Amino acid sequence: MEGRILEKQAVIEMRGVTKRFVDVIANDKVDLKLFPNEVVGLLGENGAGKTTLMNVLFGYYNLDGGEMLIGGEKVSFSSPKDAINHGIAMIHQHFTLVQTQTVLENVMIGMEGSFFLNYKKAKEKLLGIEKEFGFHLDPDAVVWTLSIGEQQKLEILKALYRDAKILIMDEPTAVLAPTETIELFETLHNLVKSGHSIIFISHHLQEVMDICDRVVVLRNGKRVAETEVSETTIPELASLMVGRELLERLDKGKSKTGEVILEAKDLRVKNNRGITAVDGLSFVLKEGEVLGVAGVSGNGQTELSEMLFGEVKPEEGEIYISGKKVPGGSLSSVIKESMARIPEDRIKTGLFMDLSVKENMILESHVKEPISKNGLINIKEIRSFADNCIKSFSVKTDGMDAPVKSLSGGNLQKVILARELVGDPKLVVACQPTRGLDVGAMEYVHQAMLNQKESGAGVLLISDDLDEIFLLSDRIIVMYEGKIMGEVSAEEADRDKIGLWMSGVTS
Amino acid sequence: MIGMSIVKRKPLPAWVMLVIPVAAVFVTLLITSIPILIAGGNVFKAYGALFQGALGSKFNLLETFVKASPLVLTGLAVAFAFRAKFWNIGAEGQLFAGAIMAAWVGIYFTWLPSFLVIPFMIIFGFLGGGLWATIPAFLKTKLKVDDVVTTLLLNYVILHIMGALLFGPMQMEGSSWPRSASIMDAAFYPMLIARSRFHLGIIISLVAVLAIWFINNKTVFGYQSRGVGINLNAAKFGGINTNMVILKTAIISGGLAGLAGVGEVAAIHHHLMMDVSPGYGYTGIVIAMLGNLHPIGVALAAFFFSVISVGAQTMSRVAGIPIYIVGVIEGVALMTMLIFILLTEYKIRWTKS
Repeated sequence: MEGRILEKQAVIEMRGVTKRFVDVIANDKVDLKLFPNEVVGLLGENGAGKTTLMNVLFGYYNLDGGEMLIGGEKVSFSSPKDAINHGIAMIHQHFTLVQTQTVLENVMIGMEGSFFLNYKKAKEKLLGIEKEFGFHLDPDAVVWTLSIGEQQKLEILKALYRDAKILIMDEPTAVLAPTETIELFETLHNLVKSGHSIIFISHHLQEVMDICDRVVVLRNGKRVAETEVSETTIPELASLMVGRELLERLDKGKSKTGEVILEAKDLRVKNNRGITAVDGLSFVLKEGEVLGVAGVSGNGQTELSEMLFGEVKPEEGEIYISGKKVPGGSLSSVIKESMARIPEDRIKTGLFMDLSVKENMILESHVKEPISKNGLINIKEIRSFADNCIKSFSVKTDGMDAPVKSLSGGNLQKVILARELVGDPKLVVACQPTRGLDVGAMEYVHQAMLNQKESGAGVLLISDDLDEIFLLSDRIIVMYEGKIMGEVSAEEADRDKIGLWMSGVTS
Repeated sequence: MIGMSIVKRKPLPAWVMLVIPVAAVFVTLLITSIPILIAGGNVFKAYGALFQGALGSKFNLLETFVKASPLVLTGLAVAFAFRAKFWNIGAEGQLFAGAIMAAWVGIYFTWLPSFLVIPFMIIFGFLGGGLWATIPAFLKTKLKVDDVVTTLLLNYVILHIMGALLFGPMQMEGSSWPRSASIMDAAFYPMLIARSRFHLGIIISLVAVLAIWFINNKTVFGYQSRGVGINLNAAKFGGINTNMVILKTAIISGGLAGLAGVGEVAAIHHHLMMDVSPGYGYTGIVIAMLGNLHPIGVALAAFFFSVISVGAQTMSRVAGIPIYIVGVIEGVALMTMLIFILLTEYKIRWTKS
């Protein structure tokens, strides 16, 4: 393998690429090389910096540090147009097609060249490309009549028509059915054989093993590993991806378990693309324990939390809180009375970003006395409630009247914690509670979870951060493709076994 | 070459939002002095005449209030809906619905004790506008049909319904014009100040301002309505019945516009006719934006528009400026306000390359 690197010129070389957003480093001195005729997998959890890195490469973002070379020459892109001119194409998860136009028209968009359109010439060129790479798309078919897999092929055709040599594919299989994935991989093999290079972004380990030659693993914006696929295993990739080092040490105390507080029985639900996301899931959570739900993200955790939170109705199965059955699909009083809900996406579902801190504090309690009575809100009570929340959870804000959007990420999460935990709930369900937070805020959230357990609450912690799971849990279950792969107590858990479960291997 | 990009800025303190409409009005008057100069007028003389004409005498001032009354109501209607992101462009049609109901009660409900006629007109007018607005609300929540399109197009539907009524069952006997018979005397809004047109509707508008302020700031519904507008997902997550909130918002919004229709029939025209509104519903959109969707802001914006509209007559006479300057001022005011609102969220960064 060394030989290949010596004899061939890298088509893309990223050296020490750094990209900062306001207070986060999304890419921290990342190196990446891409050679002709190869597929490189870019592997990492959500938020590891994969998409940011590719957006830098494609000219959406400016570099904050480091450099990029295309074919050995230093380049600086100020827009995707520059990247396209250098033969780079990006296939997004969300397609950029005109649904009411034909395949041919979509391919020609932006490539007209002169005032008059030459359909005949364009069609000949398109059919030539299709023949060369084994596509079978009718140039005259209208896009909305195509399947998702065919639409994705059209996106690839568009790139080839523009003479792209380098394809960046952002989680291309996320939208595909299994048979379509196989077809996609065939296409990619053909492309690579004819001299194209592909960067394949994914957090799906098996697919990376199937299609990639080499894999680069990102974690927290850093490149943590690079290896030939033939020299690694799925469990190794899994543990590289979620990390090994334990930065934080907490005394999680003994669990003094009590009554069953939450029970899920045989839950099943499809995601919004109609694919089964949660597939016969059952578990029991007792008071006074932390149950960690581990798993690579995208294995049904989001859908599980949505069912527990009352946002989505399970297609099958039941949820019980303290033995009471929860009617699914709406925020019933059973959930509202007893569950503290920490949602996965605090900005999209957790907060009213344009409202003040105090108005966000009362989301859960605004129809309850004393916050409101007979439809009228009591400003005095709101102020004292918000003041109490801010103080008990040391939220850093310019006061309760400040817009919540002026707060940092950690403090936004504290607003949610305060709102949800202030009434000493018996049950806490937290979904990715520390995603995107800095270390300090992360420790705060962890301590808050343990405090809840200390005071006798049952805590369900859904997280793709394995360190977090190990740090807090008394018991661990692992989700893979919507099913539970295994359950183990924290004392008996070892990372290798969990890593195997996370990649779908039962031992 | 110098380029420019728009970047998000840090949130500004709350008082800025109070200063902005005032600043926008000043900038507007500054910009519109250009066409006044082009028309050969003296800017100071022209604006002097404008404000003299609108505010300079008791009669003029009261006339300005009369003109402001329907604008306050349609402005509130739009502002209240927009706050919940129910894009009600249909205040004009809801005004027609209110006017039709008012005329119906005012002409045909002769069996009512006379002290009940006006309360009935107000209630029916409110419900007429409110129920008309529930159609787009249902289409939005149940079928996800775009509310901008439905509210706008329903204006034409109700306009033609009104036309059918005025050429048909409601047409005044012996008339060949599309107008109804006059409403009964008991249906006339009382004039509250002698020798003026300062009528009950003006008081109703002011009460509406206070009522909307109260709903926004003091009720659970006001909180929920704002929440729905800001983040539908979070509102649902918090257990708010978002469809119900949108429906109630539509009824209140349409109802306010309906009250504007009642006022035009009961205080100004005293019968129903095709041009019962010179576009108050559309001007309400501009006023809502200029007032930053705040009820007090809406009241002030409506008053400002009314000043321009009433004062323009005098300006035209004294300074020789065509009366069409009113439209220019209104348009510039809206654009200035929209740019100012944009600049509260974003700043422009100039880049040299």
